[in-house]
Amino acid sequence: MSTWRHEWRRARAIAWKDLTAERRSKAGFNAVVALAVTILVMFGFALGPDAQVIRDAAPGAIWLAVLFAGVLAFNRSYQVELDGSALEQLILYPGGRRSIFAGKLLANFAFVALMLAIVITVGIVLFQVRLPPNWPALLVIVLLGAIGLVTLGTFYAAMASRSRAREVLLPLLLFPMLVPVLLAAVEATKALLGGNLMGDASAWGRLLAAFDVVFLAAAFLAFESVIEV
Amino acid sequence: MNQVALSAPVAAKRVDRTLWFGWFAFAFLIASQAIAIAISPPDRDMGDLQKIMYVHVPSAWMTMLAPLTVLVFALRYLVRGREEDDLLAAAAAEVAVAFAGLTLVLGMIWARPTWGVWWTWDARLTSTLVLFMILVGYLAVRALVDERERRARWSAAVGVLGAINVPIVYMSVRWWRTIHQIQSSPATVDPAYVIGLRLNAFAFLFVMIYCIRRRYDAALIERSAERASEAAALGDASVTGESLNGR
Repeated sequence: MSTWRHEWRRARAIAWKDLTAERRSKAGFNAVVALAVTILVMFGFALGPDAQVIRDAAPGAIWLAVLFAGVLAFNRSYQVELDGSALEQLILYPGGRRSIFAGKLLANFAFVALMLAIVITVGIVLFQVRLPPNWPALLVIVLLGAIGLVTLGTFYAAMASRSRAREVLLPLLLFPMLVPVLLAAVEATKALLGGNLMGDASAWGRLLAAFDVVFLAAAFLAFESVIEV
Repeated sequence: MNQVALSAPVAAKRVDRTLWFGWFAFAFLIASQAIAIAISPPDRDMGDLQKIMYVHVPSAWMTMLAPLTVLVFALRYLVRGREEDDLLAAAAAEVAVAFAGLTLVLGMIWARPTWGVWWTWDARLTSTLVLFMILVGYLAVRALVDERERRARWSAAVGVLGAINVPIVYMSVRWWRTIHQIQSSPATVDPAYVIGLRLNAFAFLFVMIYCIRRRYDAALIERSAERASEAAALGDASVTGESLNGR
């Protein structure tokens, strides 16, 4: 029990460290959010001024914008550790390596959640989305989608950020893996925005939750062998 | 990490055996194709177009089998840490990419005259495509990471997670499509076609085993050459594998 609490404290400390660094510099967050919003605007141009068309495309556009911008955030989260070989220091500290993953996961989740809040707000305005009355369900879907995205993103970035051509490698690894998350998140969002007439949203939400559980477990198990070398 | 040891005569013998197996595999493939095409009547709806089944369907089966091989050897590598398992997983992944690509292309060639489109977002098609992309990612990790042990561990992790994802992708795409349209079920196959299909399944299996073995042989020889040049660079012929570890 005490080891668990110990690991939890370590994870929290790492997350806190990352978020504090981010809060003080703000450079990463501002740039990433600006990119996400820019992508949204570009989607608006690409899909045309027809209000109905862009309203239908809004869930997909918003999730894709977050996906593309998130890739930068995940790589950055390890990149700051590589400068001055801070990652080696981190690994040398006593305790499990998994708490490093947990800490990075928490920090990245906070980062992506905040980004989602901004991007969704902008998306609702730009794409003329009408919020459904059961918007708390939408919030649950968004959080579940963010967990899936951040879990795999944090896991693959641990490798990609330490390889050559990391800008290419992370999306190459991450995007095919995120197909189910993207599908489930977009479809659930669509169903909720469309009034959830057939009750699809809960089915997609369940798939999203199942995906999160499977990949959280897999990533935690596999992380040890990824970070050691 | 344990090191692979392979002396020159042993390597030559291995390569010889692999080559003989290759001759057998391709001869079997040609014979199976000939038999299948000869004994099967033209299909009622598709006519002779149906013959593409004898390459497409076995290739699709190998597209499932080869990544499974990657998964098995990747897991074995993570458990035992033997370099052979890593090299085998890599060889299987390359072959898996080739079969997945072949399956997709053959499927498109078949789909165009029968369904009228090159591509449709059907669960099988889409999950094969995603599998292809995951395998490309696996090979990208191998290409972009230079350090041997790191490459082995990372690609094993990528392989295992990718394998977990494939059924989830299939499920989610199936769900995605069936919400909108009824999925066509695979037609029942007449016995006249079954023999040809079975023969070709084995033919493709032999070809796959040959390809994996050949890639694996090449990787072993490459490793031996690398280690020999490492030893020569250190100026010591007695340098063993153990002392080269932990670089």
